[in-house]
Amino acid sequence: MENAESTMTTPIEPTELEHWLHVYEQMAKIRAFEEKVNELYTQAIMPGLAHLYSGQEAVAVGVCEALRREDYITSTHRGHGHCLAKGASIDRMFAELLGKEAGYCKGKGGSMHIADPESGNLGANAIVAGSAGIATGAAFSAKRRGSDQVAVCFFGEGALGQGVLYEVMNMASLWKLPIIYVCENNLYNEYTHYNETLAGEVTARAKAFGIHVESVDGQDVQQVYETMQELVQRARRGEGPAFLECKTYRFYGHHVGDISRTYYRAKEEEQQWRLERDPLKLLAEKLVTQRLTDQKVLEQIQTNVEAEVEVGVQFAMNAAFPEPDEVDQDVYA
Amino acid sequence: MSDRELTFAEAIREALAEEMRRDARVFIVGEDVAEAGTPFKVLMGLVDEFGKDRVIDSPISESGFSGIGVGAAMTGMHPVVDIMFGDFLTLVMDQVVNQAAKVHYMSGGKLKVPIVFRTTLGATRRSAAQHSQSLHAWVSHIPGLKVVIPSTPYDAKGLLKTAIRDQNPVVFFEDKMMYKLKGPVPTAEYMIPFGVADVKRRGHDISLVATSSMVQVALSAADKLGQIGIDAEVIDPRTTKPLDKQTLVVSAKKTSRAIVIDEGYESYGVTAEIASVIADGAFYYLDAPVKRMGAMDVPIPFSPVLEDLTVPTEESVFEMAKVLCRRN
Repeated sequence: MENAESTMTTPIEPTELEHWLHVYEQMAKIRAFEEKVNELYTQAIMPGLAHLYSGQEAVAVGVCEALRREDYITSTHRGHGHCLAKGASIDRMFAELLGKEAGYCKGKGGSMHIADPESGNLGANAIVAGSAGIATGAAFSAKRRGSDQVAVCFFGEGALGQGVLYEVMNMASLWKLPIIYVCENNLYNEYTHYNETLAGEVTARAKAFGIHVESVDGQDVQQVYETMQELVQRARRGEGPAFLECKTYRFYGHHVGDISRTYYRAKEEEQQWRLERDPLKLLAEKLVTQRLTDQKVLEQIQTNVEAEVEVGVQFAMNAAFPEPDEVDQDVYA
Repeated sequence: MSDRELTFAEAIREALAEEMRRDARVFIVGEDVAEAGTPFKVLMGLVDEFGKDRVIDSPISESGFSGIGVGAAMTGMHPVVDIMFGDFLTLVMDQVVNQAAKVHYMSGGKLKVPIVFRTTLGATRRSAAQHSQSLHAWVSHIPGLKVVIPSTPYDAKGLLKTAIRDQNPVVFFEDKMMYKLKGPVPTAEYMIPFGVADVKRRGHDISLVATSSMVQVALSAADKLGQIGIDAEVIDPRTTKPLDKQTLVVSAKKTSRAIVIDEGYESYGVTAEIASVIADGAFYYLDAPVKRMGAMDVPIPFSPVLEDLTVPTEESVFEMAKVLCRRN
């Protein structure tokens, strides 16, 4: 099974149980959020486009758990998971998705543009690799200000086709900027397998710039988190940028409307990933097998996040739309 | 008005130096900006005062360092990004148009992008089709951007200081043929607000609305028109975004005739927008259609004899004005 060569072997330290239950909760929150988005979208309650993050939760959570609140991230069109993992709250996320005034961007950004500077999120970007410059600039700024912050640039393997990424990686390496380029390789550039779009190796690109490179199983949140911790420490020590490839998979299509997708990937492949490589199941199995917790605790977490999602949706549904006079506000600062 | 004269390039450099002394967040990034001081030598000496950490030589990666500028601006810095030739705007359009211009709005007003993109415009330097264009209309089209096109050393300095203190992305166009032009620049600090046109010459018979490189052309034409008894008013909008519509309309109402002269391509360009503003605001006062004079709709040719045909000149403006004033 492609992208899934890795197995979870490192045991979890019993003293860190609380941390890993929190990690599990964060991943469960994203999963529940996205399931609800799917529902809202298919019921025509949510306008526009929705690119679901389900299946990739271990990447956002593993990465963001290794960051401080003031550290920066930039996100993508498939960005709900990044926003939540970095600390956005469910109710205002839903409000934004429904175009409401109470949303993170007053309803002006929507699903693909959620920004929350309070939690270090400089915004999701709907141009593939569009935030590579912004994230690198944030790292440049952090270094110049001596703020000890690091920046993370999330992007999919599709962004490897964009030249600007290579321009900024070159400068990040030259100027030893505290940035980690997190490449979420979910195998598909929209509706095309990346084998058809990518020559050479993923990580060789960053290596060519003298950037430190790691490649991990993106379904193993422990591996993502522990690798990321090292990369963040390197960056804070002034040792420069890193490139982290996370091999992962999106459970749904490119967006919610991408339902008939057998022309680019088989149903069996999707089922296999859901059954064998679900990051939530993998962490749950590990915690239970090691007898650190039991199903009851995990089910309680699930119940809690579902309740939180329900409250968040109700908040968003009841929230007001922006007043018409908002339309030309915020064009200029 | 002033105790001294500076060249256009010196005025730009002085504005940058003053703002960099005032605000440690201001830095310059671009190709050959440090020791080389750019090919036009506009930035000569700045690296000596501010060091290579604040006058940063970049790789030849316009899109990359523009994007880095945007990110730095969003997180507490105030970059001045040097795009060596206006033609290279093609390489940075995503960073300028999809990122810088939209971040404030898309974030519901939470994020700001205080950044200045300095670049050039203007033909007749015998630099051919990829180093001679005036593409300021492109960015003037985009909400979220401010666009500055100064025509004198005095305006260049005052407007650049305003640009650097603005909380929004500003694209600042310098006519590369004007860098050696001298003009009065006071030693005392001053700033010029955006969206305020300047009447460069008072007149009653016809309004010549001219931008950047075309202001000198319009002024020369106005002198010549004066010799045949036509009293031309020359107005420089100074910024295309925001645009001082009122001053343009008031002038056209007074003179009843207007020509708009700008070095961008004539089709779908700055002249079209300004002519429309005048036609709309002064319709019942006009004695003739508003005329537009821009760059000819051809790639800028290399051969001097061809290149000189592509841009409005003192002579062509003079002739057009005579026609409008029925003096031909």
